[in-house]
Amino acid sequence: MLRKIRIALALIFFIGITLLFLDFTGVVHIYLGWMAKMQLLPAILAGNVIVVVFLLLVTLLFGRTYCSIICPLGVMQDGFSWLGGRFMKKRFHYRRPHQWLRIVVLVLFIALMVLGLNAIAILIAPYSAYGRIASSLLQPIYLWINNLLASWAEHAGSYSFYTADTWMKSGITLLVAVVTLVVVGLLAFFSGRTWCNNICPVGTVLGFLSKFSLFRPVIDTTKCVECKKCEHKCKSQCIDITGGHSIDMTRCVACFDCIDNCKKGAISYQMRTKKETPSTGKPVDEDRRKFLVTTAAIGTATAIQAQEAKVDGGLAVIQDKQIPVRTTPLKPAGSISLKHFTNHCTACQLCVSECPNGVLRPSKDLTTLMQPEMSFERGYCRPECVRCSEVCPTGAIKPIDVAEKSAIHFGLAVVVTKNCLPVAEGVKCGNCATHCPTGAILMVPIHAGDDPDLPMTLKRPTVNTDKCIGCGACENLCPVRPFSAIHVEGRQVHIHD
Amino acid sequence: MKDISRRQFLKVFGAGTLATAAVAAGCDHPKNVKTEGGQLGEVPTDKMTYRTDQHGEKVSLLGYGMMRLPTIEGKSGREQDMELDQDQINKLVDYAIAHGVNLFDTAPPYCKGRSEQATGIALSRYPRSSWRVSTKMSNFSPTTWSFEKSKAIFENSLKYLQTDYVDFLMIHSVGGTSRDANGNTLSSMETFERRFIDNGILEWLMEQRDKGRIRNLGFSYHGDIAVFDRCMAMHDKVHWNHVLIQHSFVDYRHAKQMNESNTNSEYLYGEADKRGIPCFVMEPLLGGRLAELNEHATQQLKEREPDASIASWAFRFAGTMPRILTVLSGMTYMEHLQDNIRTFSPLKPLNEEEFALLENIASVYADYPMVPCTSCQYCMPCPYGIDIPSVFQHYNRCLNEGHIVEADDIDEKTSSEMRAYRKARKAFLVGYDRSVPKLRQADHCIGCNHCVSHCPQTINIPEEMRRIDQYVETLKRNS
Repeated sequence: MLRKIRIALALIFFIGITLLFLDFTGVVHIYLGWMAKMQLLPAILAGNVIVVVFLLLVTLLFGRTYCSIICPLGVMQDGFSWLGGRFMKKRFHYRRPHQWLRIVVLVLFIALMVLGLNAIAILIAPYSAYGRIASSLLQPIYLWINNLLASWAEHAGSYSFYTADTWMKSGITLLVAVVTLVVVGLLAFFSGRTWCNNICPVGTVLGFLSKFSLFRPVIDTTKCVECKKCEHKCKSQCIDITGGHSIDMTRCVACFDCIDNCKKGAISYQMRTKKETPSTGKPVDEDRRKFLVTTAAIGTATAIQAQEAKVDGGLAVIQDKQIPVRTTPLKPAGSISLKHFTNHCTACQLCVSECPNGVLRPSKDLTTLMQPEMSFERGYCRPECVRCSEVCPTGAIKPIDVAEKSAIHFGLAVVVTKNCLPVAEGVKCGNCATHCPTGAILMVPIHAGDDPDLPMTLKRPTVNTDKCIGCGACENLCPVRPFSAIHVEGRQVHIHD
Repeated sequence: MKDISRRQFLKVFGAGTLATAAVAAGCDHPKNVKTEGGQLGEVPTDKMTYRTDQHGEKVSLLGYGMMRLPTIEGKSGREQDMELDQDQINKLVDYAIAHGVNLFDTAPPYCKGRSEQATGIALSRYPRSSWRVSTKMSNFSPTTWSFEKSKAIFENSLKYLQTDYVDFLMIHSVGGTSRDANGNTLSSMETFERRFIDNGILEWLMEQRDKGRIRNLGFSYHGDIAVFDRCMAMHDKVHWNHVLIQHSFVDYRHAKQMNESNTNSEYLYGEADKRGIPCFVMEPLLGGRLAELNEHATQQLKEREPDASIASWAFRFAGTMPRILTVLSGMTYMEHLQDNIRTFSPLKPLNEEEFALLENIASVYADYPMVPCTSCQYCMPCPYGIDIPSVFQHYNRCLNEGHIVEADDIDEKTSSEMRAYRKARKAFLVGYDRSVPKLRQADHCIGCNHCVSHCPQTINIPEEMRRIDQYVETLKRNS
């Protein structure tokens, strides 16, 4: 029964969180956004005390139910492990814990985060690891299906579905996602929760608390016939029947598989009554395993060119825009500063999956690898949209409202006058000024002294730096291709009016 | 899908109908083709209404406009670079001739300059006496304004059409402005003088008429009414044999209301009629827009003639007046052709009551702030890649279907108004991305004015683009 409840809850969370990454309409987020914010590491980074205390209390009460229900990477592993169980019987036996490995990894993880080297640390952060898998591998499939439905809807004259752009956002992120999936998936397939009990920093922290949990599975030695069914079913490999009917609570993820599988009813989930003899954690060197999660940027990411717009007759060919070199990367409004952002983001890709304007994509820079950054080849940061700030579970992008958005200066437009159309080709333009939502662009005569009011006078744009917020409308809508004659530079620290 | 319109029907079932069309082409009684929920009637082969030109020769009231010939992808060759589907063109021409259509209208620029050749190939398979062809003196570019170059255009038409005379020749599109070689805009009157008078080409064409290489000499008119009047004043000297005007139940009395620079066809027709000049009609459907009327108008027309298409009303209007020699329709699909043949075999002239009904519909229609674009594609290609006609088409369609709404005051809307607003918003925005790729939408118009002098309807394209873009922007911001 307990097992079934656990599975039901786990499925709800797993499907919900996956949907968050698949959905591009922003609707799912309204109902299920809290699921991402329930994740422990993001909640810690966001300083979300209520969630953190709640999760710690739950663990102190019920053990590592978090790992079995809330953590999407954990539930995903249970899936692989279940699959492995279909092929291999009796694959689990008790193993001694590798406490030193867990502690070293945890210490390293914390150290890297504190040093601001998130890019490396977050490779093993469980929620964001799953996020990268869902965003890079599952969302494209979801979008293709959606686009298929959209084309049917179009034929039927319905507006229920609409086409969403699919494009390769980052080769490195895709690679990392694939490697994570393969490594974690294979480990789970062959040896259950090995990842969670050796590498995962969240698992280590919760394991420590779980040791003191109020409720726990206990083996009644009077009923136990030592058939070891529970031991063979334990994906955490933490039940030791021969060594004194003990269960290592630092590794038990409270999945209740043992309880359901015991034919004699010898295992029960009950309140701690008397002091137990903790399993002797002798450091054992033999069966040591090394995991090398190398994701060094092997080769350059081959960004697949955006699908060319289908060119009909009578239509001029439109060259694709290219990303300009930005001295400071652009982070979305709500990020406060480059530093704040870099230190809080776990690169879960939720904002990247959500961005409806094709602006956010994972960074390719090594120090901020896979953390989102902005660029405007496909669209610009629309004034009515604050979706990334709403979905961010780690507080890297703090929640802002639509009114606030136009008051946050996260970037600054820069004109490359010599490339500007009126200057370079003598053609009247001003599309940047026309579309600037804050009116930060002023058109001035190219030749000083010309009458600005004459319709024939050619003008070029100038940027009023006090008003420019960095939304990229100008860059996106500039007719000069492939490099826009006006582009946006990021700000180290965002200015809030 | 309630009450699906004919054009939509064809769009949705395009591939399927093409297949059907191929079968139907060989047979005179495609009785089982269904459309608009009713059974199609027979397509008569011997009931076509004919009018006579000034020489007493018969011209079918339905004229085949060779400006939207199908490509191998089954779309109009006017909008596509794709190769024209000559087999299908031949089939359409076969069908048209078999059902009494004898006038085929083309021009050098049509279908990106491929229409005359395709027309020549299709028609040359029939004896010269069985068809009549009309083409134009299209010396639009200032580089072709010289006598020699203009003359070459005519000689080339004869070559492409594989004939030694044309039945109707028109000096093409008088009343438009132009830009000379230096990029300066010339007035419409100056353009007229430079294109046809100063170089002596009109005089030469009159000589060719005397020699029998041109049977009828006329002009096609768009735009500045002063040039039309000037041509009419020349009638005593030139003796126009025909004139091509834009004429529809909306243009008849509401052309000005729709488009400041146009003139009501009541006046144009009256001027021609007064002088005994037969009229060719162009844009009887206003580029297809009159085939898709709003719900109320559709209801009214359907109640009267349940089995007739909406388009057939516009065609009947165009053909009713006696001085109309032929009504040109650019037919891409077999179903258009069949429907139109039915309308004109024989023509059921509008009675007074029907005329009043259409006039009533027209006055409502003209009140809509539609962009008077007929998708003629003369403005294309836009150097910045914008798909101008598609943007206008989408806007007009939404206007017609009631999907253009007030977006500024959403805070004051009641919940039912809000529901209607959301529906309209979605239909407009989703439909916009479907009809026009993002990079070809109005927000990319930089206002370079390259297109302005090309538009025969003298639409201020950049201004309209800006207006539509602002509407899109308010929709996007107010969800």
